[in-house]
Amino acid sequence: MEAILETKNINKYFMQPVKFHVLKDISIAINRGEFVSIMGKSGCGKSTLLYILSTMDTAYEGELYIEGELMSTKTRNDLARIRNEKIGFVFQFHYLLPEFTVLKNVMLPALKLGRESEAVIKAKAMNKLAILGVEEQAHKKASRISGGQKQRVSIARALINDPKIIMGDEPTGNLDSKNSENVFNILRDLSDQFGLSLLVVTHDTEFAKKTDRIIEMGDGMVF
Amino acid sequence: MSRFKLILDISKTHLVSKFKQTAVAALGVTFGIGAYIIMMSFMTGLNGLLDGLVLNRTPHVQVYNKTDPTVVQPIHRYRADSSDAHYIHSIKPKVRLERIHNAIPILAELKQQDKVMGATPQATCKVFYLAGSNKLNGIVNGIEVDEEIRLFNFKDYIVEGDVTGIKRRKNSILLGAGIAKKLSLQVGDRVQVMSTSGATFSLIIAGLYQSGLAEVDDVQSFVDLKMAQQILGAGSNYISRIHVKLEDIEEAVPMSKTIKDLYDVEALDIKTANAQFDTGSDIRTMISYAVSITLLIVAGFGIYNILNMFIYEKMNDIAILKATGFTGSDVKWIFITQAMFIGLIGGALGIVLGYGVSVLIDNTPFETEALPTVTTFPINYDPAFYIMGVVFAVVSTFMAGYLPARKAQKIDPVEIIRGQ
Ligand SMILES: Nc1ncnc2c1ncn2[C@@H]1O[C@H](COP(=O)(O)OP(=O)(O)O)[C@@H](O)[C@H]1O
Ligand SMILES: [Mg+2]
Repeated sequence: MEAILETKNINKYFMQPVKFHVLKDISIAINRGEFVSIMGKSGCGKSTLLYILSTMDTAYEGELYIEGELMSTKTRNDLARIRNEKIGFVFQFHYLLPEFTVLKNVMLPALKLGRESEAVIKAKAMNKLAILGVEEQAHKKASRISGGQKQRVSIARALINDPKIIMGDEPTGNLDSKNSENVFNILRDLSDQFGLSLLVVTHDTEFAKKTDRIIEMGDGMVF
Repeated sequence: MSRFKLILDISKTHLVSKFKQTAVAALGVTFGIGAYIIMMSFMTGLNGLLDGLVLNRTPHVQVYNKTDPTVVQPIHRYRADSSDAHYIHSIKPKVRLERIHNAIPILAELKQQDKVMGATPQATCKVFYLAGSNKLNGIVNGIEVDEEIRLFNFKDYIVEGDVTGIKRRKNSILLGAGIAKKLSLQVGDRVQVMSTSGATFSLIIAGLYQSGLAEVDDVQSFVDLKMAQQILGAGSNYISRIHVKLEDIEEAVPMSKTIKDLYDVEALDIKTANAQFDTGSDIRTMISYAVSITLLIVAGFGIYNILNMFIYEKMNDIAILKATGFTGSDVKWIFITQAMFIGLIGGALGIVLGYGVSVLIDNTPFETEALPTVTTFPINYDPAFYIMGVVFAVVSTFMAGYLPARKAQKIDPVEIIRGQ
């Protein structure tokens, strides 16, 4: 099995307000096409780990490999490029640019990547919105749609550059049970139909049970 | 889509969504640039007007007789090879005539020079003006009126009557307006003029002369050169001053030196004669720059403030952009572009405002006795002010935008996302 993402002995400390060892010797691997969930008590370091895995946080010790490439030797601009191209991120809160249309929100990462023409990107974005069942919202402003819809739009955005892996930090944590079931089913489908690799932090045991593998965390360590 | 187009597109969306703040910031720039253009146009217009007045009426070089004491005293010549120091106390200038020696050949030679546009002779006599029992002292200048008109715009200062009257009728006078007022005289009346030797002449007033300077207008009158020589009881070679106008004013200093070296006369150039005047112009220009720059700095702070606020409001956007692969430099340029947009729009409106108000001032009536040739406020429409205005707007908004944009560049997306 080929690892799309792998860590070796990742340690992280917070210095403020007191020195605090938040992640301890984290060594995990996510394989291509795998749907993995991370579970653990609140405050055990799940979000912190995810920020490191997503390359946004660079203040850690240890090694992070994405598609076999070591991340700690990369410059900030290289990392931005890698996030843009290979990683889709879904946040707990619906992080969309409120003044832009839904469609534009989905298009922006692809426009930044600049691999295709604007017309192609637009068609692709419409297609992703259709996969998530929110294509009728495409021309509305992002601030004018409901919470569940926003979360689906941000999944569409995460998909736009056909990333190697999608990460989610409690993507259903802020939704009612109906909407969260909906979003979970979509993620499950993406994994089954398109062979997407997924790494999702969740509190929801029901949710986690339906994933391929559960990583249990506690007190900064992986059990 | 190119990086530039993408950044422009994002900036535009941000600006449009914050239309009110954008408009306020742009208006700050508009007023700054507008005020700068108005100040500079008006101040330099005023400087130009005053310069013009002085340049029009002041000869580039004035030639007159020396009255200084001789530098080389006889003792210096007599004991030139001795090493003794010679002290002579209380040297006084010797009595000299007011007339320039050999004035007519000098005048002819000056007129022939290529650099000289023209030269006019003058004969100055001190007189008393008499009307009834009133007696005022003053000065009558004998002039060649046609040349004075051609070279020194003499005609502009004749406020009533006919300037060429003194040429057509020898015993007529262009009387100072202040004198006419004090003696209750009008054009066509007669005025008695008494020379220092006691001879009186009855002259017809052909016109009134008003320079705008009261102390001049209260004493100064003009007659034909020959009439002045007659009042002085002198011959036709009596000339007390020669006024020279050059093709190029910059030649005034070397020219006056040449004249001094060549002839036994004193020559005063316009630069030396009007040194204080230049200082006045410089100070006016300096003040306008100081005020304009202050206004632009205030406008710059306005932009800085509003951009800081924008960035504070857009923290989430910045975090999302960075999380989805935009670089810090992309984010920085998104905000600098917004600042430059504000600067360009504000600057363009500032130019319109500056031009509009300038036209308004240009058409405002402004009549004053001191400046008989001026009817409206002077404005200088130098395109350099407009170009400078745009450059100022762009540069100052760039600098005002740069610091907040740098802050946006450095924002750590993790901190923002975790903060939710
Ligand atoms: N910026 C920070 N500075 C200091 N401590 C932090 C900071 N961010 C998080 N922590 C602490 O690190 C621990 C792990 O946080 P987090 O990764 O958000 O937990 P989880 O997502 O598992 O709930 C918590 O105890 C939290 O208080
Ligand atoms: Mg968390």
